[in-house]
Amino acid sequence: MSAQKRPLSPHLQIYSKQITSVMSILHRITGIILAIGSLGLLWVLVALSLGEDAFSATQACLSSGLGLFALLAFSACLMYHFFNGIRHLFWDAGKGFAIPDVYRSGYAVIALTVLVTAAIWWLALQGGAA
Amino acid sequence: MSLRDPLATARGLGSAKTGFGHWWAQRVSAVVLALLTPFVVYCLARYGIADYAALKTQFANPLFSAACILYVLALFWHARLGLQVVVEDYVHHGAFEVVLQVLIKIVFSFAAVAAVIAIVRLASGS
Repeated sequence: MSAQKRPLSPHLQIYSKQITSVMSILHRITGIILAIGSLGLLWVLVALSLGEDAFSATQACLSSGLGLFALLAFSACLMYHFFNGIRHLFWDAGKGFAIPDVYRSGYAVIALTVLVTAAIWWLALQGGAA
Repeated sequence: MSLRDPLATARGLGSAKTGFGHWWAQRVSAVVLALLTPFVVYCLARYGIADYAALKTQFANPLFSAACILYVLALFWHARLGLQVVVEDYVHHGAFEVVLQVLIKIVFSFAAVAAVIAIVRLASGS
């Protein structure tokens, strides 16, 4: 038996990217961002309960350039994690495991993330919210 | 609630002991969040946070406040379980890992309690 050059475990630097693996790690990355961002939601709630002065400071922070960027990033991460999470729940129920289905649902998650994030900001900016 | 199959125990399938509870809690909190997130996001996008008085008035409705409490509990529970798994998977540095795990538990327990107190305070209109 000659020693064949068999593949070792994935070397991430040279490993060809697939939508499956990229979306999997994105679920974790967006999850970490959302976990940190959830503390921002806590800050908004606490400021709201403390009264108008504390809340106006929060409003000023969130409507600044950096604040709006953080909200945009948070909403995009939330929509991705939301739709991909539902995809995961279907997998947990044993549905949608065939490779063509996995790809189809993957592209659907990406499309929905972009569309719904855009819709959220259209709605928010139309009402002059943020 | 135990969903462990007694047959699996009898046949000695796997060494899993309490891991299922973690997995299940992650899914239950995910379902709660999946149901409530569209509502929360719609409210925030539609009404924003510009109007302090209008925002505060929402909490006078017990159903709204209850939904918010359920949401923050599911949210911080889900976040804490998820971060725990991420640290278990990627941080392999003895003391640092333990400190990080304990810190995650403390921060998100605190966040859950603080959020509930804030909502109860808003709901009681003080």
